[in-house]
Amino acid sequence: MTTMSDPQQGSFRLSMLLNDTRYRSYTFQFIALILLIALMAFLGINLVRNLAEAGLNISYGFLNVPAGYDINQSLIDYNSQSSNLRAAMVGIINTLLVAFLACITATILGVIAGVARLSKNWLVSKLMSVYVEIFRNIPVLIWILMIYTLMTAVLPAPNQFRGDNATSSMLFDAFAFTNRGIYIPAPVWGPGSMIVVATFILSIVATIIYRRYAVSLLFRTGKLLPMGWPTIAILLVPSILIFFIMGSPIALDYPELKGFNFRGGLQIGAPLIALWLALSVYTGAFIAENVRAGIQAISKGQTEAASSLGLRPKRVMNLVVLPQALRVIIPPLISQYLNITKNSSLAIAVGYADITATLGGITLNQTGRAIECVLLLMLFYLTISLSISAIMNVYNNSVSLKER
Amino acid sequence: MSDTHAASVPYVRDTMLPQNAPPSTAQGPVKWVRESLFSSIPYTILTLAALYVIYLILSGFLPWLLGGVWTTSNIRECREVLDGAQAGCFSVLTERWNQLLFGIAYPQDGYWRPTAAFVLLFVAVAPVLFGNLPRWLILFTVLYPFIAFWLIWGGSLFVPLSALLAALIGYVIYSRIVKKSFAGAFFAGLLAGGVAWVVFSFITPQLSGVLALEPVASRNMGGFMLNMILGVICVSLSLPLGILLALGRQSSLPIIKLICVVFIEFIRGVPLITLLFVANVVLAYFLPPGTNFDLILRVIIMITMFASAYIAEVIRGGLAALPRGQYEAADSLGLDYAQAMRLIILPQALKISIPGIVNVAVGLFKDTTLVSIISMFDLVGMIRGPILASTDWNGVYWELWGFAALLFFVVCYGISQYSQWLERQLQTDHH
Repeated sequence: MTTMSDPQQGSFRLSMLLNDTRYRSYTFQFIALILLIALMAFLGINLVRNLAEAGLNISYGFLNVPAGYDINQSLIDYNSQSSNLRAAMVGIINTLLVAFLACITATILGVIAGVARLSKNWLVSKLMSVYVEIFRNIPVLIWILMIYTLMTAVLPAPNQFRGDNATSSMLFDAFAFTNRGIYIPAPVWGPGSMIVVATFILSIVATIIYRRYAVSLLFRTGKLLPMGWPTIAILLVPSILIFFIMGSPIALDYPELKGFNFRGGLQIGAPLIALWLALSVYTGAFIAENVRAGIQAISKGQTEAASSLGLRPKRVMNLVVLPQALRVIIPPLISQYLNITKNSSLAIAVGYADITATLGGITLNQTGRAIECVLLLMLFYLTISLSISAIMNVYNNSVSLKER
Repeated sequence: MSDTHAASVPYVRDTMLPQNAPPSTAQGPVKWVRESLFSSIPYTILTLAALYVIYLILSGFLPWLLGGVWTTSNIRECREVLDGAQAGCFSVLTERWNQLLFGIAYPQDGYWRPTAAFVLLFVAVAPVLFGNLPRWLILFTVLYPFIAFWLIWGGSLFVPLSALLAALIGYVIYSRIVKKSFAGAFFAGLLAGGVAWVVFSFITPQLSGVLALEPVASRNMGGFMLNMILGVICVSLSLPLGILLALGRQSSLPIIKLICVVFIEFIRGVPLITLLFVANVVLAYFLPPGTNFDLILRVIIMITMFASAYIAEVIRGGLAALPRGQYEAADSLGLDYAQAMRLIILPQALKISIPGIVNVAVGLFKDTTLVSIISMFDLVGMIRGPILASTDWNGVYWELWGFAALLFFVVCYGISQYSQWLERQLQTDHH
């Protein structure tokens, strides 16, 4: 705050610390700093005294001690003799896995619901409003528990698939929906399979190059190359050719009923499915609202102007409305992704081994290292949040309106 | 000229045709159905698919709901009565009604107390929510926290009464000095109230038996009541805290700004469940040895901090959306910082922030279910723990989860509808 009067001449008086706007801000900040330091000191001294009283210390040695518990769903090698650190790594990977899966499905669901809610079809738009309102207004924890109940209490047990008069059967002989999870065929990577994968990656790169070339050709000369079928051809044909030339190195391992349970294939546990589905439908409802708001934020004049230039409806959407709507949609979308990551910590309610359930749950209870575990847990989530925020800021700066 | 023209035209109509009714397919319900349901082949397919989905949901749901049993005392009796029919055992709701609403340990003859507090809540929030009610009703809103505390926690009436008196003393001191300096008045009021509270706390134990309800410990709170208590207290506490944090973040004082930014970003970066872990297992390490204040209070502190960080961000958006001219106008009128904020900036910024604040409030209320993870028996905790684990009701899932979902839906949907109504009321521009 500035004063219009000339600064007073003369000696410094103590009362000026409160009454003179030049010094008052320093006084306030100094008081705030002192209070903060006092609070920290109070907490720190208490911590030291409490730890001394309980005969504890702050140490991260427990991370190297064998964890001693099993984790049923793990993407990396893990057994009960692995260290607590390894268990935490499994948890981190599981958190990222479910967050990644849920982000994708929530986006698909949200975009469909958001667009359908603006549909001219009265029934569809009302149905989508009902979906959005129901899922937004009920806690995600209840959704997770409900879908988990659905997975474990309603789906048949594996032994119901057995025998001649089985009460349940597999879908296409490849998918089995049981109360222990869903079994799907697993890919088996034979020798030479890496060549197929490499070909596929090269095809993706080639597709991108082709599309870039087509666009630049269009802008330079006005010549329009076909986009649709060449993209698909470049993407698929070489990979399929190589696949058969190499003698079908990638096979599928189908789940089969052996004894009381399914063997082979890939088992996706009920907790993962419950968490994944619940986070998707819950966050999808929020994303639908963001998408709707984004599309509605584009003024009707834009659509009309594009139409009067002679663009067809699909191009109006692709070239005029969507690029502008995305600028409105993407920031809240990313913060929804952040919410998914944070809400995935509710995994502990259904026993999915994410970082909160391993490090903040079993490891914490077994070692009693509450402070260290919670600190590491917070640090992990904080790192993810801050890095996503940083990416979002870069994006926002790159798409924000460039004004003169 | 008209003559020559008339000669060349054999026949000219000289009266207007009467208006015809539009074709039957272009008016009324037929037109609506054609345009909004069957306007093209893809839309027709979509409509039929939607109708089929609705049929599927209703054909499964309605018999389950309408054929339900409401009067049996456990799941085996219920299954017998149903005799294989696919219908709900809603008797779990009637039989465990009090547990679902008040938890296990709340004294049975005291159920009227939280109920009364709940009903009075509507009276208390009405003058805040609806501006056209008489203003003196706000007096009851001020009294409500003390009444509700006395009703729910019980004990002598003199405890909340002395708190009220202390608050009153603080307010009188504040209003005496506020003309001179807002900051001075604020801290003087706070100090006077605190001193009065300490003085009274020496007197109230002597009066513990007078006008007393049976005291109930915090750990005996449960059921949906616990969700309501946490929701109401944390929302009302986090609003002023959020405003302070937002102002701090917008402030030009670097140290205060830094403190607020670090606090807000830290809280927003971690999930609520980790903060609840802190409340549950870590917080005790940071308090003086021997202090043992109860879990519900620790949880309230954590949820309040959590919500205030989000509210601060919403209000910061409101502050940033105000045109620069408003700040400059306030300065040019010679108002100091506190006056400018109270009289010019905050009323407008808060108005812009209402939808965001309501969103945070709804989210916070939904998040109160997370306390079930640190083994508190709120509505979700009651269902997962004592009710589904009991031999009487083990296996009655959908009735219970449906009930919980319905309660939360009613409250959250109601709040969001109110906020939309308020937005329309507060529109001062003319569209």
